[in-house]
Amino acid sequence: MFTKILIANRGEIAARIIRTCKKMGIKTVAIYSEADINSPHVEMADESYLIGPPRVNESYLKMEKIMEVALQANVDAIHPGYGLLSENPEFSKKCAENNIVFIGPSPSTISQMGSKIEARKLMSHAGVPIVPGTDAPLADVEEAVREAKNIGYPIMLKASAGGGGIGMQRVDDEEGLRRAFQGNQKRAKDFFGDGAMFLEKLILNPRHIEIQLLADKEGNTVYLGERECSIQRRHQKVIEEAPSPFIDELTRKEMGGAAVRAAQAIGYENAGTVEFIMDEHKNFYFLEVNTRLQVEHPVTEEVTGLDLVEQQIRIANGETLTISQKDVQLNGHAIEVRIYAEDPNTFFPSPGTITSFSIPSGENIRHELAVGQGSVVTPFYDPMIAKLIVKGLTRNEAIKSMGKVLEQYKVEGIKTNIPTLKRIVNHPEYISGNTTTSFIDSYLKTAKVN
Amino acid sequence: MEVLSNMAGNVWKITVKPGDQVTEGQDVVILESMKMEIPISAEVSGIVDEITVNEGDFVNDGDVVIKLK
Repeated sequence: MFTKILIANRGEIAARIIRTCKKMGIKTVAIYSEADINSPHVEMADESYLIGPPRVNESYLKMEKIMEVALQANVDAIHPGYGLLSENPEFSKKCAENNIVFIGPSPSTISQMGSKIEARKLMSHAGVPIVPGTDAPLADVEEAVREAKNIGYPIMLKASAGGGGIGMQRVDDEEGLRRAFQGNQKRAKDFFGDGAMFLEKLILNPRHIEIQLLADKEGNTVYLGERECSIQRRHQKVIEEAPSPFIDELTRKEMGGAAVRAAQAIGYENAGTVEFIMDEHKNFYFLEVNTRLQVEHPVTEEVTGLDLVEQQIRIANGETLTISQKDVQLNGHAIEVRIYAEDPNTFFPSPGTITSFSIPSGENIRHELAVGQGSVVTPFYDPMIAKLIVKGLTRNEAIKSMGKVLEQYKVEGIKTNIPTLKRIVNHPEYISGNTTTSFIDSYLKTAKVN
Repeated sequence: MEVLSNMAGNVWKITVKPGDQVTEGQDVVILESMKMEIPISAEVSGIVDEITVNEGDFVNDGDVVIKLK
């Protein structure tokens, strides 16, 4: 087993990875920017190294600097967490060149899945259903308009290299497409360095449901059930749960099978997630593969009893999976809410100092966080400051206790989305399981939160 | 008349230039903060006199970004 792992990340996920390393008796190395000097992950790790100024391109995205620390600290492996360098094939390649294990899939798998256009092609060949759309980068807006006529409006215009909702827009007619094309292409170029655009038919009232996979180097692949992630704002997830209230055992098997086919088609190794979009008739279509640990992985851990970070480390260490598909049993129901530092009405970020922080603890309540009283939430990073995970025997029980826990969850000094979260979990449509991606727009936008 | 930033972040884009006529509510600067684009709009109408920030600059809550006349 590895003796020392560097965590190339920050915040709650760095803290969460260190926890599992400690449990496994593996030493840990943290990196941090000047803005994160007082962050818990810095304190928790056996060794910590300052790597640069607050901005990510001068710290957490600086591959050479991180590699330098990794070599200096003499680590065996690097865990990239999510976001930042986790889906950067260059970084994974650099690790290999320096004889350091990258805890994740191979550089070629990451680059194949990093291009959404390429991923669509591969999946279609592997017999995984994809959303009707274009199969090559669009040359210009005129080609987009021609293709859109064949597909039929409404359409989603998307960036091949996109993520987090950037470079993506719904268009309802030719005029809208003409208006949206250039702006989104420019944004994709600015944010991802790649302006390749494509079109997908818009699935009306969709659900976003994803399958968690584990695959070892021998190609043994199991699926750990689904996560329902439909409740989103600005194309970013807000609430996730497992299992999904919308799908039955048969659909679960079909989706699991498709996800395993997808993984095997690309020789996938380590933990990964296949995201699907599902229409009202339970038809599901491939969206993308996330070649990393997901923010919402705890809900899967809660219902399967597995530690996904431990599984990642064991797979990266070359071990064979010790579980087969029949060993995977889903027990109970888990819900995760993401606590964002943001205005609950406008969803605009709200950086600042947390003057008071008090959260309930108890059985079936799990916190993943890296903030506390006195923490400064800076504008440099993602606005997610904490995750709250609650488990129940049934979905209803989990929803009820989530409601109670949120009532006692107090953060002062910055604005948070807690009022929004309370409204969602108390909303009859949410309770009835009517969770589509338009939930927040349909049910919450009209009335303001105090 | 000054247009102030309403939060801390990086200046992603400046959408006006000196001499431009802006109307109340018009976006003049777009900030990037916490992975989100945040428009800053003029609270009054006027003509752009001076732009006090550059694209890529870091601004704090309350910093002047544009002066109007």
